[in-house]
Amino acid sequence: MSEAPQFTIEQFYKFMNKGKVMGAKCRNCGKIMLPPRPICIQCYSENLEWIEIGKRGKLLTYTIIHVAPPQFQHLIPYAVGIVELENGLKLPGMIRDVDFDKIKIGMELEIEVEPVKKEEEQKWPAWPKYYYKPA
Amino acid sequence: MKGKPLASIVSAGLSKFGRLEGLYAREIFALAAKEAFERCPNLDPKKDIQALFIGHMGESYEHQGHTGATAADWTGLLPIPATRTECACASSGAALRAAIFAIASGLYDIVMVGGVEKMTNRTTPEVTEFLAMASDYPFEQWHGITFPGLYALMATAHMHKYGTTEEQMAMIAVKNHHNGFLNPKAHMQKEVTLEKALSSRIIAWPLKLYDCSLISDGASCIILTKPEIARKYTDTPIHIIGSGQGSDSIGIYERESLTSLAAAKFAAKQAYEMAGIENPMKEIDVAEVHDCFTIAEIIAYEDLGFCKPGEGGRLIEEGITTLDGSLPVNTSGGLKAKGHPVGATGTAQAYEIYLQLTGQAEKRQVENAEVGLTHNVGGSGATAVVHIYRRE
Repeated sequence: MSEAPQFTIEQFYKFMNKGKVMGAKCRNCGKIMLPPRPICIQCYSENLEWIEIGKRGKLLTYTIIHVAPPQFQHLIPYAVGIVELENGLKLPGMIRDVDFDKIKIGMELEIEVEPVKKEEEQKWPAWPKYYYKPA
Repeated sequence: MKGKPLASIVSAGLSKFGRLEGLYAREIFALAAKEAFERCPNLDPKKDIQALFIGHMGESYEHQGHTGATAADWTGLLPIPATRTECACASSGAALRAAIFAIASGLYDIVMVGGVEKMTNRTTPEVTEFLAMASDYPFEQWHGITFPGLYALMATAHMHKYGTTEEQMAMIAVKNHHNGFLNPKAHMQKEVTLEKALSSRIIAWPLKLYDCSLISDGASCIILTKPEIARKYTDTPIHIIGSGQGSDSIGIYERESLTSLAAAKFAAKQAYEMAGIENPMKEIDVAEVHDCFTIAEIIAYEDLGFCKPGEGGRLIEEGITTLDGSLPVNTSGGLKAKGHPVGATGTAQAYEIYLQLTGQAEKRQVENAEVGLTHNVGGSGATAVVHIYRRE
């Protein structure tokens, strides 16, 4: 039997790289964790399963960043927000493809993924940059 | 017993906060310690101080970790045990708790606790990156969410939920700059008008330059004794009568609320219970709260029970927390104007309360202050530390 992928952030991003948002669901108590964690923080069970989370959600809050660390300087100004996906799960990310003045709390957004470039696969962290765009 | 002293402050020291050109963190800490030693002539530091606890956040600024031993060395305290605590911007708040435990355990009679950070040797983008290390890397930093960005996310949510305004946030800046103007050790000693604060450049909308605390160098320290012997060293001991600390998820996106800090509420509840405080608005005379951003002070009012959730904006609008209000907050100028050398902030807050409760706060003295509070937050609220102080 092949071993199931571990419930880790690394694995979350491997799924994300293929365009899937995956959380960990505890088979013992039903708790869903996004991002996944190796043990259930509610009941401590390791009996977990992968559950796919829909990529659409509602914007809970946002900001427009004008001062950024060196690696993001070339993008300023840029919008980031926290989005509530299904089951009340939340994930932050950049908001793109929309004018800043059109961004409103409650608007429907959808996750888009930019897969990791071939030449960056060997680096750490080799995580894709996902972002939100209007649904 | 409620309100029983856990440990007592017999002296305190603070370096000047600001751009301390050419000074290394360890040298700045030595200057703060010197003031604490001079204030307390009955104390022989080399003979009496038995342990040192020091808060320091980042190795990145000076390419230097292992701050405990270095601080002990530069303050002439070798070979006593010296331990660094790291809880992001609550590093020295947490060090203070460690020092209280050291006294309360009965192991030590006298300890020194402080904090230090050197930051101004770095560019603003570099500091932005180093500070962000206290937030979640895989989901916040990785997607370009900065520290001001995290508090901006809370500000937008607070404005949306409660109708809090950019003007109310700017009023926090005006108040704290006024207090900082009266504090000779503050990084920025100048008044700011509401118009100027509101028209300053955007850092992370809705937060503007004057909504953000300062990038500063500085150090702070206090000397703690067990309560029974405090009078041997000073006629005006300040007793710590409540101590609380809480934790929360490092990523703010995993939290139930984006408009309050659960860790701060948890810490406040513990500290209030220990101190026997039932109505903080009536029983606290002066408070130093963690205004790393103006919205953070508004949220602090609510988390500390000075008002109901959502009413923080009203509190500043009504002038309740100004120097002549019924509960003055951040008389030192706060992180906003006094400055925020992150590792130094927790015990710098304790320093201000020590001055206030011993009547040494000069132009910014709150009349007859007897009970004080400090509220020190790490990062975007994954750590919070609250302490309650009472003069004898």
